[in-house]
Amino acid sequence: MEQYSEKVMDHFSNPRNVGTIENPDGVGHVGNPMCGDVMELQIKVKDNIIVDAKFRTFGCGAAIATSSMATELVIGKSIDEAQEITNKVVAEALNGLPPVKMHCSNLAEEALEAAIKDYKSRQKA
Amino acid sequence: MKSIYLDHAATCPTDPKVVETMLPYFSDHYGNPSSIYSLSRTTRNAIENARTILASAIGAYPKEIVFTSGGSESDNFAIKGIAHALKDKGNHIITSQIEHHAVLYTCKFLEKNGYDITYVPVDEHGTIKLEELKKAIRPDTILITVMHANNEIGTIQPIRQIGEIAKKHGIKFHTDAVQTFGHIPVNANDLNVDLLSISAHKFYGPKGVGALYIRKGTKITPQIHGGDQERRRRASTENVPGIVGLGKAVEIATESMADEADRQTKLRNDFIKAILEKIPDSRLNGHPVNRLPNNINISFEGIEGESILLNLDMYGIAASTGSACSSSSLEPSHVLLSIGLTHELAHGSVRFSLGKHTTREELDRVVDILPGIIQKLRAMSPLYNK
Repeated sequence: MEQYSEKVMDHFSNPRNVGTIENPDGVGHVGNPMCGDVMELQIKVKDNIIVDAKFRTFGCGAAIATSSMATELVIGKSIDEAQEITNKVVAEALNGLPPVKMHCSNLAEEALEAAIKDYKSRQKA
Repeated sequence: MKSIYLDHAATCPTDPKVVETMLPYFSDHYGNPSSIYSLSRTTRNAIENARTILASAIGAYPKEIVFTSGGSESDNFAIKGIAHALKDKGNHIITSQIEHHAVLYTCKFLEKNGYDITYVPVDEHGTIKLEELKKAIRPDTILITVMHANNEIGTIQPIRQIGEIAKKHGIKFHTDAVQTFGHIPVNANDLNVDLLSISAHKFYGPKGVGALYIRKGTKITPQIHGGDQERRRRASTENVPGIVGLGKAVEIATESMADEADRQTKLRNDFIKAILEKIPDSRLNGHPVNRLPNNINISFEGIEGESILLNLDMYGIAASTGSACSSSSLEPSHVLLSIGLTHELAHGSVRFSLGKHTTREELDRVVDILPGIIQKLRAMSPLYNK
């Protein structure tokens, strides 16, 4: 097993914002069981600010920890600010990930992108 | 918190009695076995003693044993050595889809170098399909290599029958007995094999030493060239302490094998029953009966193996998984995919492998802890909605 930072283990053992939101304003569902990780991110938006975020993740320690960290990072941010959160930002907030686990942080970025895209498309509709 | 080690299929602690036997062969009896002075006689004799112990344990002649650096080298030596020695006779090799990487990747290497390899499939329990194996045989088949028991799911293969088929067609037959030797009976004649790999650390011997049994009269090309050691079949100054340790480990394993296999089989069956009862949507991987006494492999729907292992580790429990997330590739275990598991179930597998120090109390503790871990992870999984 790869060595994880204390921060990763903290978010893995006590993940923040697990679950689903009733009537979410945006949902991102990314990943594939083939690759061993699937992430679902739901956001609640009020006046262009993400007021709540919840996740459910099928995946390894890194996948769960990055999901948890991503929700912490987006809550309270505007949509524009949230769009600037990249996989690197999430990984750095966790004090780094083992090199073979960097792809797990992509998942968080993709889920966030997908949730925001979904939110925007709902706004247009 | 006392740790609970359930990864004996990966490696075992070296038995203290083995270590004690090895110690004099580092600084006291250090003579190079190839030299002629009396200092060397002790080490030479020690090696031959270990060879005799191993030979008699598997029903072989001492001459038929070559000491190696471990299971991977034994597998490489057997397969490449036969492939090279018999290349004028043919270039076709038959193996199974669920071999250890030491066999599988050796075959892939040969495939890139002009050999033809057939990977015979297995059924849902991981037993090789004998009819398919028979059909795969061609006039230019020179070697069949099938493992005795699988390291991940524990399924024991019908080696004796495969050996009969190989013999009938005049094809050399190798088995990787790394997971079985020292745990269940392994006899070269009963199993009808020409070559057989073993590894000391899988039965409480030291790491870095193993052996290859090569039936008398089998043509094989050495893979390590240099000195005349091991009857010119493997150059390199012998790993004397390691070989002595291997011999002692064989002695200890042989004495207690039957009782220990019974004990572990009971523990295994009770553990499997308890887990499958307590945890919904879990399934046993591998053969229900025809399996290694110490092997338990269970898949849990909707969750991923590494996250289970990390949780177990917080309680001091060591196990392993077939999920890709514990390795650098994204593909889960080829063994679990070969028995027909979905990627999701393959990623959600955990292997517990028992050992001679494993107690019922330890397993009961895992049975108490595991359901909570599975429940917690399922609660946060988008793939589990029950």
